[in-house]
Amino acid sequence: MTNASLSLKKRFSHYKYLRGLQSGFIAGLTILGSSLILAFFPTFFAPYDPNVFDFTALQSPPTALHPFGTDNLGRDTLSRVIWAYSVNMQMALLATIFSLITGVLVGAMVGYYRGLADIIFGRCVDAIITFPFLVLVIAVVAVLGPGLINMYIAITLVGWVYYARLMRAEIMAQMANDYASAGKVMGYSDSRIIFRHLLPNAITPVIVYWMTDMALAILLGSSLGYLGLGAQPPEAEWGVLIAEGRNFITTAWWLSLMPGIAIVITGFGFSLVGDGIADLLRPRG
Amino acid sequence: MSSLTYLFSRLLQMIPTFILVMIIIFLLVRLLPGDPAIAMADAKATEAQLEALRQRLGLNEPLWTQFFYFVRNVLAGDLGQSILLKAPVADVILERLPVTVFLTLYAVLFSILIAGPLAAVAALNKNRRADIIIRGLFQVGLSTPVFYIGLLLLTFLAAFLRWFPVGGYGQTFWQHMYHLLLPALTVALYTSAIIMRNLRSAIIEVIDAEYVQFARAKGLSEGLILRRHVLRNALVSTVTLLGLSIGNLMSGTLVTETVFAVPGVGRLMLDAIFARDYPLIQGLTLTFAVLVSLVFLLTDMIQSWLDPRLRPS
Repeated sequence: MTNASLSLKKRFSHYKYLRGLQSGFIAGLTILGSSLILAFFPTFFAPYDPNVFDFTALQSPPTALHPFGTDNLGRDTLSRVIWAYSVNMQMALLATIFSLITGVLVGAMVGYYRGLADIIFGRCVDAIITFPFLVLVIAVVAVLGPGLINMYIAITLVGWVYYARLMRAEIMAQMANDYASAGKVMGYSDSRIIFRHLLPNAITPVIVYWMTDMALAILLGSSLGYLGLGAQPPEAEWGVLIAEGRNFITTAWWLSLMPGIAIVITGFGFSLVGDGIADLLRPRG
Repeated sequence: MSSLTYLFSRLLQMIPTFILVMIIIFLLVRLLPGDPAIAMADAKATEAQLEALRQRLGLNEPLWTQFFYFVRNVLAGDLGQSILLKAPVADVILERLPVTVFLTLYAVLFSILIAGPLAAVAALNKNRRADIIIRGLFQVGLSTPVFYIGLLLLTFLAAFLRWFPVGGYGQTFWQHMYHLLLPALTVALYTSAIIMRNLRSAIIEVIDAEYVQFARAKGLSEGLILRRHVLRNALVSTVTLLGLSIGNLMSGTLVTETVFAVPGVGRLMLDAIFARDYPLIQGLTLTFAVLVSLVFLLTDMIQSWLDPRLRPS
């Protein structure tokens, strides 16, 4: 076979592969992409200032002027939902990234070295998963005090365990392969074997889990906001907006309904992308 | 090994876990900046009262002695005094616990009723329209926060249509069933989404197994094959998943109790947090941990009963 036909074949399979991408993945990427744009440039899209009172339009139902209606102080709900994108998208990242880093490092270490550290780690995992996730998180928030930063700290304190457990199992599975022992025979340092050889092969399931976890972080963050333990009013955050609308739910249903739709769409986008990435990264046979 | 010795060895295994659980709960309150006595006492407490409280809580002792006292008290059933409700924490929790247990079991029942048939339909129509619609709906369900589902049900079915009460618990068993129907449905809509996914792939896995093909070759009816062979085997992984999701279920219950004003331990937890009632927070956190580990234990037992291969020999 000539070089040219080989590269053609390669290109063709690449094309087929792109075409085979799930339409769900593309829909998910579209949702996430637009959410990110809204999060970074809320001023371009929000028709009003989210915190300005308009006493001429109190609790206005959805109209052409206010597509999502206004609240009891005349604030435009659409603008508040759009401004909340930056807070809630930030949650997806900040509530997970530190758990990811800590979990990957700890999991890789205990998976590679085993020994006493691994036994202690195992006990810690057992103890932490004995608490319902939310119970432990809100107990920590209760001690630290409500607020976004403390919420991130609480979620990280509990959440890293799940990453570490996954990472440990993957590292141990990779170590059973010949290339890991080959690295040892070659006299490579431990850190080179872990970070250059094992980690790139073991990280895939962790990344897939991270995507689902980001969706969960938005749900968790807005739940804590709703309960009054996360973002604090008057900050525009979807959970807080829903909680604010709760008192007017029979007279001004749009106040709680609209931010919830934003949560569902964004969460759906994350899980579509998560599934798509899982498909992409899964070894094809 | 008999199942009794298995149970016993599982209980023994739980001891080190529980020591750590106690350490976490103990240290939780010690994370508080400043003097725990000031945080726990009334704002108007005098220095003498604070000193008495420190004495009573053993705050002047070294940390490990304090931990020893804490464990001793918990083992004796003494979880301290609730600041919010001015009653022993253990009594308060025991009074509210049945409500939460009722709600949780009710939600499990609903989850199975929702997830079971839909998973079967999805699995039998794998990658056809019914499957894609069902999976899509559940994916949306997984992306919807529990409090939002609850608020929607509460608004439309209870507040607008007035089919259901907007909160409370009722007196008799049937009143409980009626009052907790929407809360249980709320928790179940979320939980069933988790179960559905797993049950569907479990059924798909089993449906091509050799023993199912053999049953078909024997000429058994499809209904009988589904009931006797497919569902029974798919049940094992579902029970495991249900058991392992108990933490999720409890988290969902906590939020739902708040939305629907159900007087259970979940709502109590939030009340305790806003009142900064630390003995009550500690007691409730411990209660949740005990509940979860009991369910883990129960899951193990049911699993080995359902699947003889998992029995330790």
